[in-house]
Amino acid sequence: MPEQLAYLDHAATTPLRPEARAAMLSWLGERFGNPSGAHRVARTARQAVDEARDAVAEAVACQPGDVVFTSGGTEADNLAVRGVHAARPGQVLCSAIEHDAVLGPVASVGGDTVPVDERGVIDLDALAGALAPGVTLVSVMAANNEVGTVQPLPEVAEVVRHLAPAAALHTDAVQAAPWLDLPGLVAGADLVSLSSHKLGGPQGVGALVVRRGTPLRAQALGGGQERELRSGTHNVAGIAGFAAALRATLATRDETAARVRGMRDRLARGLVAAVPGTVVTGAGGGPGRLPGCLHLCLPRVESEALLYLLDEAGVCASAASACASGAQQASHVLAAMGVPAERSRGALRLSLGWTTTEADVDHALATIPAAVARLQAAAA
Amino acid sequence: MKVLVAMSGGVDSSVAAARLVAAENDVVGVTMKLWGGESDTGCCSVSDVDDARRVAQQLGIDHHVWNFGDDFESRVVGPYVEAHRHGATPNPCIECNRHLKFDRLLRRALAVGFDAVATGHHARIVERPDGTRRLARGADAAKDQSYVLYVLGQAELARTLLPVGAMTKDEVRAEAGALGLRTADKPDSQDVCFITSTAGRGGFLGRRLDLHAGRVVDGDGRQVGSVAAVELVTVGQRRGLGLPGGGSPRYAVDVDVAAAIVRVGPESELQRDTVVLERMVWADGPVEGRVGAQCAAHGAARPAAVTPTSARPGLGDAGPASAVVRFDRPGRRVAPGQSVVLYQGDEVVGGGIAGG
Repeated sequence: MPEQLAYLDHAATTPLRPEARAAMLSWLGERFGNPSGAHRVARTARQAVDEARDAVAEAVACQPGDVVFTSGGTEADNLAVRGVHAARPGQVLCSAIEHDAVLGPVASVGGDTVPVDERGVIDLDALAGALAPGVTLVSVMAANNEVGTVQPLPEVAEVVRHLAPAAALHTDAVQAAPWLDLPGLVAGADLVSLSSHKLGGPQGVGALVVRRGTPLRAQALGGGQERELRSGTHNVAGIAGFAAALRATLATRDETAARVRGMRDRLARGLVAAVPGTVVTGAGGGPGRLPGCLHLCLPRVESEALLYLLDEAGVCASAASACASGAQQASHVLAAMGVPAERSRGALRLSLGWTTTEADVDHALATIPAAVARLQAAAA
Repeated sequence: MKVLVAMSGGVDSSVAAARLVAAENDVVGVTMKLWGGESDTGCCSVSDVDDARRVAQQLGIDHHVWNFGDDFESRVVGPYVEAHRHGATPNPCIECNRHLKFDRLLRRALAVGFDAVATGHHARIVERPDGTRRLARGADAAKDQSYVLYVLGQAELARTLLPVGAMTKDEVRAEAGALGLRTADKPDSQDVCFITSTAGRGGFLGRRLDLHAGRVVDGDGRQVGSVAAVELVTVGQRRGLGLPGGGSPRYAVDVDVAAAIVRVGPESELQRDTVVLERMVWADGPVEGRVGAQCAAHGAARPAAVTPTSARPGLGDAGPASAVVRFDRPGRRVAPGQSVVLYQGDEVVGGGIAGG
C-alpha cells in the first residue's frame, strides 16, 4: 500500500458526505417503510421521500412534482431519451460528446449526433442546421464528464425553441450539479438528469426532472410510483442521502468551487511546467470548464501504463471512460474534439472534489512528472 | 521478484499466479482486453475478466485490465483477414503471442517496473550451459504449447516465466481445486477467441471480406465441383468442395484466390518433402542439420533437416530470415500461412511460416 493516497477521480464518484451518511443511517437501522403503504410506518418513509423531493426541486428550481427519483444518472438519461421518443416518436439529436448513458439510448432510437468544436463545445450552427420540425428531442449535457467543458445550454435552448418548437430539451447535468448554478443553467431544459454519488451522496440513486407538459412515457412499468413514470419501491435511504448531499453541496458550493478551482489551476500549472509538451484539453474560450476537472494529454506515454504507476504511488486518476471489464477505451469525446489519436493515447483525467486538499495536489505534482519521465525513458 | 502474471480467467494462468504468490514473489495480475466483438470461446469476455479478478482477489493480489484492442486488431485480426484474401490460413494465436503478449504486454510490464511476465502456457524455459535459454515442451505432452510460443527470442525468454509448464493439466486442475480457485473446473479454451462457434470462420470472414464463389477443377482443368467461398478453402481440405461421391478421395491441392479456382487431386499430389519457411525466428542463432519439424499446434514433430537460407536479413533476430526444411519422408503439404516449429529433442530451436 502506498503511504499517501490522493483521490483525484471525483468525476467517477465522490466520498460520501457526513450529512448524507447521517440522513441514511436511520433508514439502515431502526426505520423502514414502503412509502406507498397506508399506515404509520409507510407514512414516515413517504415523508422522507417528500422532503427529499423538495430538496431536489429547490436545487433545480422546479416544482416538487416534477422530480422523478431513479436509480441514478444512467436510468434518468434512458428514461428521458427513450421515454420522450416513446411518447412522441420523431427525430432525436444529441451532442457527440454525451455520456454513453445518452449516446446509447439515442442510438437505440435511430438518433443523430451534433458535432462539437476543438474546445469540446457544441457547434450551435451545426445544431441549427440539424434542427427541423420533425425533431422531438434534443439532448445536450450541461458539462462534459471527461474534459469538463461547460455547454452553452441557454443558447442551445434558444436555438431549439426557435427552430424546433415542439422538441423537448434534455440535459444530463450529472457532472455540472456539484459545481454550477443549476437553476440558471437548466432553466430552458424540459428534462434534467441528476446523480447522487457525484456530489457526495450514495450510489444507486438519482433523479430526472420532468417539467410539466413534457411528453414522457414510463420505461419501467409496475406499481405506478413517481407519477407513474418510474415504477418500483423507493430507495428511501438512498433518496434521503441524495437530498442531504445536495443540500450540503448547495450550502458550500461557491466556496468549494473557488477553493477547488485554485487547486486545479495550481495542479495544471505545475504539470504543464514539469512535463514539456503537455496539452491541457479544452482550455480557453467558451463558457469554461468545471472547477474540479483537469484533462491533460501527456506526450509519449500510454494512459494505462501511466495509470498503473500512479495507482502504485497512491494517485487515483482515470483516462477516459472504462468499460464493464475495467479496461480503458478510446475516448469518443477526444475524437469528437478532433484530438489526434497519437495525442489521446496519453490522456489523463484528474478530477478534484469536495474532499481534495493541497496535500493531494502536492502528492500528484510529486508523482506524475516522475512517472511520465520513467515511461518516456522506457519507450525511448 | 516483481512479476506481472497475464491472467486470462482460465485455470492455467490462475494456478500460475497462485504458484508465484506461494513462492513469495511480488505478484500483480493483468487481464488483456484484446477483442471487443463477439466471442464465445475466447480469453477476454467480461465473464473471463470477472474470473481472473475473482481469482486475484482470492490470492490477495492486485488485478488490472489493460486494453490492447487496437494492436490486436491491427496486428492479429487484420492480418488474419488479409491472409485469407490471398489464400493463406495463418495461426492468429502465434501472432498474438508475437505482437501482444510478448511484445506490447512485456514491454509495458518492464516499463512500469516488473522483472518478468508470467503466463499459464504449458511449456518450459530451460537454461543451457552457455547461459542462453530455450523454450522446451511442457511436461504434459497432450497440452504442450511450445508450438505457439516459438516466436520468443532470447530477450523475451529471459523475462518470461511459465509456472505451470512442468505440470500436467491434471496436476494444474488438482492444485486449483485444492486451493479452492473458482476456475478449477473451467473448460479449456480451444478455438480462435474472435471467432464464435455459431458463426464460424466463414461467418467472421464474410463480414470482413468479399467472399467469392470458386470453381473446383481437376488436374486437366475440368470443373468437377464448386465452393461458395474460395477464400475459405485450405490446401489439403477434402470436404465441402462439391465433389461427386464415389471414386478415390480428392483433396484441394492448390488454391488460386485471384482466379477463384481450387484444383483438386489425389493424396499423392499433396505429398511434399520440403517446405520453405519465411519470417524465421531462431531461439539462439540459426541451426543447420537434424531437427524435428512440427507443422501444427497439435501433432508430432517429423524428422527433417533444416538449411538456413540467407534471403532477407534484418527481420528481428540476427541471422537468415528464411529456411528450407527437408523431411526424411514426404508428407502432407503444409498449408501456406501455417507455422512450422523446429525442435532438437524437446527444445525449440526456431520456427517460421510456410510460404506459398
